[in-house]
Amino acid sequence: MTNNDFMLSVEDLTVSFDGFKAVDALNLYVDRNELRVVIGPNGAGKTTLLDLICGKTKATAGSIRFKGKELTKLAEHDIVRSGVGRKFQTPSIYENLSVFENLEISFPRGRGVFGSLAFRRTPDVVERVQGVAEEIFLADHLDMEAGLLSHGQKQWLEIGMLLIQSPELLMLDEPVAGMSVKERELTAELLRRICLNRSVIVIEHDMDFVQRIAHKVTVLHQGKMLAEGSMKKVQADPRVIEVYLGH
Amino acid sequence: MSAIYRNLLGGRSGLIGLAILAGLILLVLPALLDIFRLNLVGKYLTYAFVAVGLVLCWGYGGILSLGQGVFFGLGGYCMAMFLKLEASDPQSTAIQTTPGIPDFMDWNQITALPWFWEPFNNLGFTLLAVLVVPTVFAYLIGLAMFKRRVGGVYFAIITQVIAAIVTILIVGQQGYTGGINGITDLKTLGGWDIRTDSAKYILYYVNALLLLGCILIGRYITTSKFGRLLLAMRDKEDRVRFSGYDVADFKIFVFCVGALFSAIGGAMFTLQVGFMSPSFVGIVPSIEMVIYTAVGGRLSLLGAVYGTLLVNAGKTAFSESFPELWLFLMGGLFIAVVMFFPNGLAGIYEKYIQPYLSLRYFRKRTPSAPPPATAKRSASSSGGLTPSALPGATGRVMKNQES
Repeated sequence: MTNNDFMLSVEDLTVSFDGFKAVDALNLYVDRNELRVVIGPNGAGKTTLLDLICGKTKATAGSIRFKGKELTKLAEHDIVRSGVGRKFQTPSIYENLSVFENLEISFPRGRGVFGSLAFRRTPDVVERVQGVAEEIFLADHLDMEAGLLSHGQKQWLEIGMLLIQSPELLMLDEPVAGMSVKERELTAELLRRICLNRSVIVIEHDMDFVQRIAHKVTVLHQGKMLAEGSMKKVQADPRVIEVYLGH
Repeated sequence: MSAIYRNLLGGRSGLIGLAILAGLILLVLPALLDIFRLNLVGKYLTYAFVAVGLVLCWGYGGILSLGQGVFFGLGGYCMAMFLKLEASDPQSTAIQTTPGIPDFMDWNQITALPWFWEPFNNLGFTLLAVLVVPTVFAYLIGLAMFKRRVGGVYFAIITQVIAAIVTILIVGQQGYTGGINGITDLKTLGGWDIRTDSAKYILYYVNALLLLGCILIGRYITTSKFGRLLLAMRDKEDRVRFSGYDVADFKIFVFCVGALFSAIGGAMFTLQVGFMSPSFVGIVPSIEMVIYTAVGGRLSLLGAVYGTLLVNAGKTAFSESFPELWLFLMGGLFIAVVMFFPNGLAGIYEKYIQPYLSLRYFRKRTPSAPPPATAKRSASSSGGLTPSALPGATGRVMKNQES
């Protein structure tokens, strides 16, 4: 049986660090247009799961298929080029460059050595950068040095740097960490908007926020899946309450 | 046309900086110095090729190579092999056991020209080899290191080891390389005597123009998206990798460019100084070249040239009177620059001299419209005091990110 209908199908995925299984025979399927939230206590393997999908960590066993294409053997930049974007836990932007240049560098053109030497800032690039900046609420800050942005704005900028690549799978590691209440609201709205026509996986600890955005929730515990389903169902699950939600 | 103006010349400010340097090395120095001193300046300027390459590799790419002397030496040796063969015609080597081969081979009981020396009878091949051999060598090192994600201190140590190995190899294979003495007694290039004063003038100008050409290429690289990617990589390598770029390819390329520049410098060194020896290949000269770059400012292509000239002028002046003190002084200079002026001369210029100049001379003039983001960033990072003239810098004011 193949599961090529899913955008992402993770099967029997295992990674072991010196015998410690950070992710243990995990199965996970994500649909197109779906926004999946992964929750779980510290050390449950959430970030490791994203690392495995984007190729930062190599799997010990199992498969990760994205639109039917096996990712476990691909180099990181090839995984990105096939349409997978990943935001890191701490905002990872180029502090010395302007917001505009941050987005421009992420624009998917001129990705080779000679392509980048020949790259020109053509009107379509400028237009796309401005469009994305609009979407991530930074249209007024394009000329600002990215290092001077607030923590929340840096998070948005990194999301924008992924959006400009139009990925079909977007993985966000704690996108609202360090954001104000107002910024969280805007981010929730942003996430609901961007999951159209692509899949989004979000790792988050803030349960109110999860409730607001999640279509489906996956709970990880010690590298294994503990529960999966709607927020309501997961919240009522006694095992989830015991290991995660209870305290 | 405007793209050339902006990217190659760095706009108005970059053009002024380049014009000042060009005026200095093409007009002022030749007018002031006798041919002996000018030839000395020409020798220093060959080191500046290495320093300019290091600005790209180290300043922008964050790749600290302590073995640039290897590429300088390879370029120089390729050139020297051609000149030596030309100087070793059967008539002038008639007293040797085997006439027609370089003298040091004869002294080492070698009776036939080794196969890898053969092609160096041809000037076209030699010029190509000067450019290709060091670049391919750098490519192989880069491939082995960067694809395996070796970087930082480890890369510096490995390049240093390579410099040591190549030196030992050259010294050890005396019969093929001339050993510790190097390749000496070079006389003519295609029948043209390179030892005369007029030849020295011509070579000085060729050298200076090539250096300016390398600076222009460096300008183009640093102002392109490639340059911004290098800075981005130095800051957040993973973010670049996970934006779909093969980081290793970019590092390999910039390392090769650095090697190519060094090799051109090395070949010009051989032509102007008239010999090549392992003392320009090893660890000490390689580190000295890093010091030139650090003193000049590792983010400034023009600064690297000034740094090289200044340190070498100091070296000549001091080592004539206090030979044993010079090395300590140079070490001290390096530590002082790194600790107090991480952006070197260019940094001092940008911080202290430029704001003064801009307030005094440039206040009323309106700068020509530069590309929006870049220009505004440099304004914000230097506290709004950015003048329209930026000689000594590449038009990019960066905060120093790493130690």
